[in-house]
Amino acid sequence: MDMFIKQRIKAIKKGDQSAFADIVEMYKDKIYQLCYRMLGNRHEAEDAAQEAFIRAYVNIHTYDPTMKFSSWLYRIATNLSIDRIRKKKPDVYLDAEVSGTDGLTLYSQLADESASPEDALESLELQQMVQEAILKLPEKYRTVIVLKYIDELSLQEISDILNLPIGTVKTRIHRGREALRKHLGHL
Amino acid sequence: MPCSEKIVQWMHNYLDGDIQKEEEQQLRSHIQQCEACREHFYELKKTAAFVENVSHFIPSDDFVKKVMYNLPREKRRVRWKRWFTHHPFLTAASLFILLSTSSLWAVWQEDNEFSFSKQEHLIVQNHTVIVPEGKVVEGDIVVRNGNIKIEGEVHGNVTVINGHKYLASAGEVTGQIEEVNEVFDWIWYNVKRVGYNIAKTLTK
Repeated sequence: MDMFIKQRIKAIKKGDQSAFADIVEMYKDKIYQLCYRMLGNRHEAEDAAQEAFIRAYVNIHTYDPTMKFSSWLYRIATNLSIDRIRKKKPDVYLDAEVSGTDGLTLYSQLADESASPEDALESLELQQMVQEAILKLPEKYRTVIVLKYIDELSLQEISDILNLPIGTVKTRIHRGREALRKHLGHL
Repeated sequence: MPCSEKIVQWMHNYLDGDIQKEEEQQLRSHIQQCEACREHFYELKKTAAFVENVSHFIPSDDFVKKVMYNLPREKRRVRWKRWFTHHPFLTAASLFILLSTSSLWAVWQEDNEFSFSKQEHLIVQNHTVIVPEGKVVEGDIVVRNGNIKIEGEVHGNVTVINGHKYLASAGEVTGQIEEVNEVFDWIWYNVKRVGYNIAKTLTK
């Protein structure tokens, strides 16, 4: 696996674009997920994730092989998402589309016979509430929480990605989790 | 409200999988006694579970395609190199065709000078070779980049390359008479000539 990535990177550095397609295929779900949780909107997440990959391609020469390649990708996607959050107007969230619902229609939930309609609705609402709670977090807490939960990343990895001391990462996770608890703990 | 900062800290450390054995034991025993802390810990665990189990969406089906389409164009050299290594046979074939057509083209372009086979009785006027009336030419005539006007008789073949033939009513050619004006005709003419020469040498 690691060998495979190393070979691909070598080829990309020589300018072989087709090698990059394999990298995109491997990491697209994770990167998309990260952007979605950071931005709370599927369209924007798709856009940001694509941009992240393009940036990775363009800057492949700056990749330091002592770092995990996935960490490097996460770093690019995280920085990009933060940039986008900062560019947004602060009141955007108020009338933003209800996150977590697009793509998950009631019909698709009903078609699943294992869950009753009531259960489906409940989980759909829960999905929205979780995503809204994540979006309410200030970006520095949101970043660590998203990294921790999308890929079960270790504290060390998160500290590598964000280039922050491990102690800071811990504190931010704790504060972020406390903030989430206030919104979700009573459910 | 939980009892102390320290207890809450342990709760988070526990959730991060970053807690000492001793601390964990103390945390457990405290939680058993203290309802507020038990409640707080329960809420934190529930919150973590919610976030962990939030459903995962996947990007659009053509995500990879879109990314690849938007990449800056790769170096031409690399693209050719990849194509060549993937298609060695086509590479060899196209190289062969390229070389042979270019040499043929060069030869075709090269001889654009007016020339004709030396035979008796021929008259030349402004790039036109004339077989005069009443005269008989023994042998083949080849005219390059000019015309031929046949008023007399030719006992042999007549070939005009890059020009026209005019056969007067009294004129006569006993062999074949041919006009070659296009590069492909010319190639075919050369092929035929090689074949003819081989046949001639064989029959000798």
